[in-house]
Amino acid sequence: MSDEPLTVLRSPLRLEYTYTAGETSSRFLRGFAEGKILGRRCPECDKVYVPPRGNCPICTSALTAEVELAHTGTITKFCIVNLPFAARNIEIPYVSASILLDGADVPIFHLIQEVPYDEVRIGMRVEAAWEKPEARTPGMESIMYFRPTGEPDVEVDLFEDADA
Amino acid sequence: MREVAIVGFAQSPSVRQDSVRNEVEILTPVIAEAIKRSGIPRKEIGFTCSGSCDYLAGVPFAFVQALDAVGAWPPIRESHVEMDGAWALYEAWVRLQIGDVDSALVYGFGKSSVGDPREISVAQLDPYYLAPLGPDSVSVAALQARALLESNGYTERDLAEVAARSLRNAKTNPNAQVKGDFEPDELLEAPYDVSPLRSHDCPPISDGAAAVVLAASDLARKVCERPAWITGIDHRIDAHAVGARDLAKSPSATLAAEKAGVGHRPVEVAELHAPFSHQELILRAAMGLGQEVEINPSGGALVANPIMAAGLIRLGEAASRIIDGSANRVLGHATSGPCLQQNLVCVMEVR
Repeated sequence: MSDEPLTVLRSPLRLEYTYTAGETSSRFLRGFAEGKILGRRCPECDKVYVPPRGNCPICTSALTAEVELAHTGTITKFCIVNLPFAARNIEIPYVSASILLDGADVPIFHLIQEVPYDEVRIGMRVEAAWEKPEARTPGMESIMYFRPTGEPDVEVDLFEDADA
Repeated sequence: MREVAIVGFAQSPSVRQDSVRNEVEILTPVIAEAIKRSGIPRKEIGFTCSGSCDYLAGVPFAFVQALDAVGAWPPIRESHVEMDGAWALYEAWVRLQIGDVDSALVYGFGKSSVGDPREISVAQLDPYYLAPLGPDSVSVAALQARALLESNGYTERDLAEVAARSLRNAKTNPNAQVKGDFEPDELLEAPYDVSPLRSHDCPPISDGAAAVVLAASDLARKVCERPAWITGIDHRIDAHAVGARDLAKSPSATLAAEKAGVGHRPVEVAELHAPFSHQELILRAAMGLGQEVEINPSGGALVANPIMAAGLIRLGEAASRIIDGSANRVLGHATSGPCLQQNLVCVMEVR
């Protein structure tokens, strides 16, 4: 036994979980395997949520109407990532962005590629770049990234709902 | 003190594993039902407070998603405790004392089935001396049961009698997960899980949720014929380290019961949050509850134990006895931490 004082104690704790996506998210995730982006519309507020919720987070109405969304949208905000992540093997810097899909009322979050990082801008039109059909899985990774469509930029009202 | 009462309560049935619905989907109908029973429109509720545990869910900030079940836009006044929903109720009660809002929604939820709650509970122990040894929740409870059996003349049969009564009471509780008619002698034939505890002495693993609506003074009288008025509420804490306590006793439960005024007049019904059978015996002694008090008519946490909601359910079940007219003075109790470390006592009365 050493007489050195004990200064560090390692006590690892490992916990494993089985994640339950839930009824609504399961539909959404399975949609990707079929090449679909599925949202839901609120019967009261008329807002389209993607990822869909079981109920409207504003009025709590049950969201029963499924909506298949376009694979195109507009960048509403973005950030340039300069730090490498272990889980993501992408050359830095790269861009992550909020993308408001056409027909949706809330943006999704995804990678932007096939464009230099310093040319990405708010209002840029983008489209989903899908994995090949045989490589698609029930998850958002089935969309590899979004890329510019080349259409003209559109006006983005960043504060549309601020007074709601 | 401002008068505050429970005016609405709802809970989901407890199940071993809800493999289809996530926490929000379990919670949403429960919150809707509690609000409906309260008679207070959702948009008029002045404060919202929840209790849940990220370790249980395996996700950081798990409570944020749960706000989908509440309707939190435009922004609402909202808070959260990383504890059983009973402590969220305490915070809401304090919030209502300020006087600027008259009602509060309180909820607790937990899907114990997504992880191993027995192992997860190790994370709440003292990180230097106890957690590295990895004693799971049943093992730690068994140390307490042994301490009780060796100090107070109780026997394993006394524990089995608690379990038998709880399982029998559960037969009339549609939300209970385990129930049935068993003789104590029959239960004692089962092997030990961790000596001296057998499986009937331990709670089931449960998925579930509960919600309560509180209302103050005139509003409570307006929406509810027999509001369950909170006449005393208090929570106290014993030392965290289980080795630093006499585990056969619960001084914090004694103190909380005294401060909540339990002994001022007879209590008819007590809903005690005792996830292990021996803990009911410790709590009864600590709070001075005699044979005349009806204990856990719902069956208690031994028959349905959605962690983070099971304590709030005790308060809701007790309040329901006032609201439905079957009792005039009741006690709801919730516990948290290893071996009854923390205890909350809530006395409710008709007025």
